[in-house]
Amino acid sequence: MATPITASDPGHRESRAASSEPAISVSGLVKSFGDVRALDGIDFEVTPGTVLGLLGPNGAGKTTAVRVLTTLLRADAGSVRVAGLDAVRDATELRSQIGLAGQYAAVDENLTGHENLTMVGRLYGMRRREAKARGRELLGEFDLLEAADRPASTYSGGMRRRLDLAAALVAKPAVLFLDEPTTGLDPRSRLDLWATVEALVAVGTTVLLTTQYLDEADRLADRIAVIDRGRVIAAGSPDELKARVGGERLEVTLADGGASEAAIAALAQMSDEPPVAAGATIRLTVRRRGGALMDAVKRLGEAGLEVEDLELRRPTLDDVFLTLTGHAVEEVEKEQDA
Amino acid sequence: MSRLINDTLVVAERNLIRLPRSPDLLLAVTVQPVMFVLLFVYVFGGAINTPGYDDYKDFLLPGIVVQNIAFGGFLTALGLAEDMNKGLVDRFRSLPMARPAVLAGRTAADIVTNLFSIIVLLTTGLIIGFSFDASVVEILGGVLLLLVFGYAFSWVFALIGLLVSSPEAANSVGFIAVFPLTFISSAFVPVESMPSALQTVAEVNPFTVTVDAMRALWVGAPAGDAVWGAFAWSSVIFAVAAPLAVARYRRAASR
Ligand SMILES: Nc1ncnc2c1ncn2[C@@H]1O[C@H](COP(=O)(O)OP(=O)(O)OP(=O)(O)O)[C@@H](O)[C@H]1O
Ligand SMILES: [Mg+2]
Repeated sequence: MATPITASDPGHRESRAASSEPAISVSGLVKSFGDVRALDGIDFEVTPGTVLGLLGPNGAGKTTAVRVLTTLLRADAGSVRVAGLDAVRDATELRSQIGLAGQYAAVDENLTGHENLTMVGRLYGMRRREAKARGRELLGEFDLLEAADRPASTYSGGMRRRLDLAAALVAKPAVLFLDEPTTGLDPRSRLDLWATVEALVAVGTTVLLTTQYLDEADRLADRIAVIDRGRVIAAGSPDELKARVGGERLEVTLADGGASEAAIAALAQMSDEPPVAAGATIRLTVRRRGGALMDAVKRLGEAGLEVEDLELRRPTLDDVFLTLTGHAVEEVEKEQDA
Repeated sequence: MSRLINDTLVVAERNLIRLPRSPDLLLAVTVQPVMFVLLFVYVFGGAINTPGYDDYKDFLLPGIVVQNIAFGGFLTALGLAEDMNKGLVDRFRSLPMARPAVLAGRTAADIVTNLFSIIVLLTTGLIIGFSFDASVVEILGGVLLLLVFGYAFSWVFALIGLLVSSPEAANSVGFIAVFPLTFISSAFVPVESMPSALQTVAEVNPFTVTVDAMRALWVGAPAGDAVWGAFAWSSVIFAVAAPLAVARYRRAASR
């Protein structure tokens, strides 16, 4: 699966749209389900050949956005253009330019992997032989050749996802939509998928992917849009976003919960903002990653404090939310339930 | 238009490939009809009085074939309910295919399985002693009527499959909606033997018209208007069910 995508050259397709036109452009998108406003005025653009990461917690509206962009749902208001085509007026033409791998793998379990891909190819308008050959090629790229002639019902969850992704790539789409592509994949498959996406982008494919993981968006996306309750609450390059969210988080758990004041004083100089204590745990955003652990151990030791646990970690979606909205993801959900 | 035909054939082929891989469905279109024929002939055959027929088999076979063909569309109800549930409809809708092809291909596959069922039922019938009283043209006319009637009912089942939320629900709703209709008809017993309220239902029931048409075509029963009436009924059922199913598909799929 890590093998580069061969012969994929969707670049030429973009010439049909004016080259300066965004591959995806969305403005004022609104979509409600009853009382729930799943999309509440979304705007963004994606430059051809780049990756946009839609980052957001459960229920943020990621899947709804993908479904509107891929013509599965019609928005209540706003406009969508993909590959220079309008999602409502030119829907069929638009569909011939895109590939979609939804949040849940959509494969026919009673067909073999190869039959699944051949069917999809023929529905894109390929001849049978062409569709079969393309199917084989993709099965090879996604490490499914051995299982090619087995019904998909015998596939593992990860294999199904790979087959689903292969189905999205059958027609070498100019614009690819991936809804939480790595959820449920093991770490190795996750890395493989990242490599696949990078290979596709290298040959000019535009990718929109949704994710709940900041590290995934960081690794793959040229730009990230953070969405929450149907709105884009922040957008920018991963670096810009991280600059807003801050660097590595240091978490210190003290042996003695009563000593948190002393620990805060000892660690204060490592961060631009005052450390926060919750019981025996002290949290701070460190200014520099290099040497931060050693530095912390030294400072705490000098203050005569006993440490039970010490962890340096990269900011997560929780941290992004805490910083951007002032409340954590869990709180958002609680509010929504109320 | 050629796109619609191509995509319909692709979807039909897909549905036919799947069938032999689901043992339960395969049993439903092979063993089950045969079992019904044998049960009716040997369990009820002696007890049911069919004036004008020397042998209950000659009365029964056209009726039981019609009943089986009406249920041929069950595969469509189950298949569509499953496709909606498993997200395959989303996959189809993201492709640049002709929209109606998902339904047209699904129902077209039923024509093939219905033809297969007709052959199985006729073979069984001939083995146990059913005999035609018809010309080759009439026999083939009967097969054509069965296929047309089955196709119309496939659209009824398509609508059922799209209205319910799961294959299990499709199963029970389809059964409850269609099974009584097949019995309150001339399929298994003469209509005259029913209580008068049921006779009224049976006489306007499209199954009665279609079964009577089959008896006219295959065993030389007096035809009256039954043959034309049967084709007309099938056309009406199709003309009502197909647009409803297509409209339902559009709405259900864009939830
Ligand atoms: N078909 C629907 N009917 C009713 N409500 C819906 C429907 N689809 C989505 N919603 C609601 O819209 C909101 C956004 O849902 P959406 O699936 O887009 O979120 P998401 O960001 O993809 O979440 P997740 O990470 O859990 O996949 C949620 O509150 C959800 O309950
Ligand atoms: Mg989602």
